[in-house]
Amino acid sequence: MERIKCGCGHVNPHGTLLCEACGRSLTGTGAPELLDMRYEGSARRSQTYNKTFIDKVWNFFSSVKVGIWLIVITLIASGIGTIFPQKMYIPQFVPASEFYEQKYGWPGKLYYILGFHELYSQWWYMILIALIGVSLVVCSLDRAVPLFRALKAQRVDRHESFMKGQRIFGITKGENFDEAVKAVKRNLKKKRYRIREENHAILAEKGRFSRWGPYVNHIGLIIFLFGAMLRFFPGMYVDEVIDIKEGERKEIPGTDGEYYLENKQFILEVYDEKENEAFSEALKKTGDVAKNYQTDVVLYKRKGERVPGAEAGLIKEKEYSIQVNNPLKFDQYAIYQMDFKTVLSAMNFVLVEKETNEPLGEINISLDNPKMRYNLGNGYTVEILKYYPDFDLDDEGLPVTLSRDPNNPAFVFEMYTPDKPEGEISLVAIQQTVEPVGENKYKMQFAGIETKTVSILALRKDLTLWIFALGGLIFLIGLSLGSYWNHRRIWIQQRGPDIWLAAHTNKNWYGLKRELQTVLAGTGINEPEDRNEKKGK
Amino acid sequence: MKKNRLFMRTSILTVLAASVILTVYANLTKGERPQLKVGDVAPDFILTDLNGNKHRLSDYEGQGVLVNFWATYCKYCEKEMSLLEKQYQDQKDQGVQILAVNIGETDLVINRFLEKHELTFPVLNDRKQEVVDAFGVNPLPVTFLINKHGFIAGIHTGEITDEKMAAEMIEKIKP
Repeated sequence: MERIKCGCGHVNPHGTLLCEACGRSLTGTGAPELLDMRYEGSARRSQTYNKTFIDKVWNFFSSVKVGIWLIVITLIASGIGTIFPQKMYIPQFVPASEFYEQKYGWPGKLYYILGFHELYSQWWYMILIALIGVSLVVCSLDRAVPLFRALKAQRVDRHESFMKGQRIFGITKGENFDEAVKAVKRNLKKKRYRIREENHAILAEKGRFSRWGPYVNHIGLIIFLFGAMLRFFPGMYVDEVIDIKEGERKEIPGTDGEYYLENKQFILEVYDEKENEAFSEALKKTGDVAKNYQTDVVLYKRKGERVPGAEAGLIKEKEYSIQVNNPLKFDQYAIYQMDFKTVLSAMNFVLVEKETNEPLGEINISLDNPKMRYNLGNGYTVEILKYYPDFDLDDEGLPVTLSRDPNNPAFVFEMYTPDKPEGEISLVAIQQTVEPVGENKYKMQFAGIETKTVSILALRKDLTLWIFALGGLIFLIGLSLGSYWNHRRIWIQQRGPDIWLAAHTNKNWYGLKRELQTVLAGTGINEPEDRNEKKGK
Repeated sequence: MKKNRLFMRTSILTVLAASVILTVYANLTKGERPQLKVGDVAPDFILTDLNGNKHRLSDYEGQGVLVNFWATYCKYCEKEMSLLEKQYQDQKDQGVQILAVNIGETDLVINRFLEKHELTFPVLNDRKQEVVDAFGVNPLPVTFLINKHGFIAGIHTGEITDEKMAAEMIEKIKP
């Protein structure tokens, strides 16, 4: 490996711009007016090795430009992913392969083919995120290591050209500054500078750790990404929705059939006007305001082998009232109250003689398990010939059901009465009655509905949460290190009768200048000038 | 030192590449629903038919089993029932069982359907939809051919369109 020996005797890695020790420019073009102090002019690890395949890959990822492009591409892809809805939000009964094309035409088809409909689990999207992670690691290593080296190797007496190349630089002419230098040193100590001295040269430095801020920050990001990665592994993260009707008991999805849940009842409480007099006006205006959403559940654990369809042997684990923000916790799972919906559970009908409007008996039909025949006594019987839980008419105008869910129930009744023993047929749907074979004498009159509440619960298990918290914390620590502290350095050299003073900071030049003002006040050493200011920048 | 650096870089890049590949792989294999393939062991189940008899898939070991998932509101399902019935009548004594699993409609609806179509093979009702989930059924109809050792020998999604097709299915799982 080729190395560069500086005039001061220090040996620098190949590619170094400013000598790590004395700060002399090593580029051979002579000192420019202002030195570029980025990364202390150290050699980025990748810059000069381009020999093996590994080095080439390394160099590719060490480029910040590449990193930014990766982020831009990911942003664009994420943006495109919001144009049409993601797969989880499209109607469930239409396959995604047809939905997008049907609804959005060829752009929809393309969207589907390229996988934008399930963006976050596309392999190429994951690889993009992963490449950003690789870029983060390599970029950081490639810069942090040489920067650390350069800051460690820096010498107190910097070369003339280095001093002259600083943005804040000044010469005070005169004689015998010993007292003044002592005073400055005292002032610097008061400002908590660490002072090193060598051959009439002083280096005062503080806040070097703030230079590690961005790298600490990146470590936090990488831990964050690691947490996101872990979520893809089985057992680390579960997120399921459980729809469970009052009175129902079912397997909890996502637990491999190990746990069962029973919904005993759902409770919705609203604020009472009378109890809250102060709010009675407001409550009158807005109507009901929910006070509590609660599902009383029983948790069971399965005993013995699991065979789908079979009645599982269950052991009662615990009873619990799930409320918003008060989940049922068990094993590593938590079940939260998310939502509820009301569904039809039963319908009532009265058999009526049309002419006299005389009621002849009422039936109650369970929509989940309707009976075939209902006996009303006195020779009146009603039979359900057809049940359409999700009633609709097909292309030919014939009654059909769209699904097995009782969203819009309809029945074909056959009414047997003493004076019509052969039966009369009528189709009864919500708000409509059809008599397909002539005028009937009797009718089934709608007499009300019964509903049940379906609790919508969310099952969560997340073993990665603490990793995200840790990553976030480290991220924030890095951010504060870099934001609230500055790395400030002041070089003071007694060159013959004169005092040379140069200063550098990684940010907040104004603060540095203010500090110099206080430090130099009354010592007879002139405040150095800011050469960017002079140039009118 | 140069070798050292190459070693460091190689190991860092290897660790990064390995975690990327592992993550992508874990994501691809993470099944939302188990997708059954030909050659897999068919998931066992116990369901009751509409006459109240229990059927357990593993009890049919030694016979071929055709498991057809259907619903009354699925027109293609309705059409293929007669083909299945014919095969059932022809093959009954040759060791092939046919089980039609309804995806959990009400007994009333299924019974009315059976009054219209006389079917002699067992019609099961998967009320809790656990079997539907275990087989990853979507869309309907879908027919699973299970051989005498309990392995899946064929999966047909969509309608069984003619007699020849039905006969070939049965032929596949004849013990």
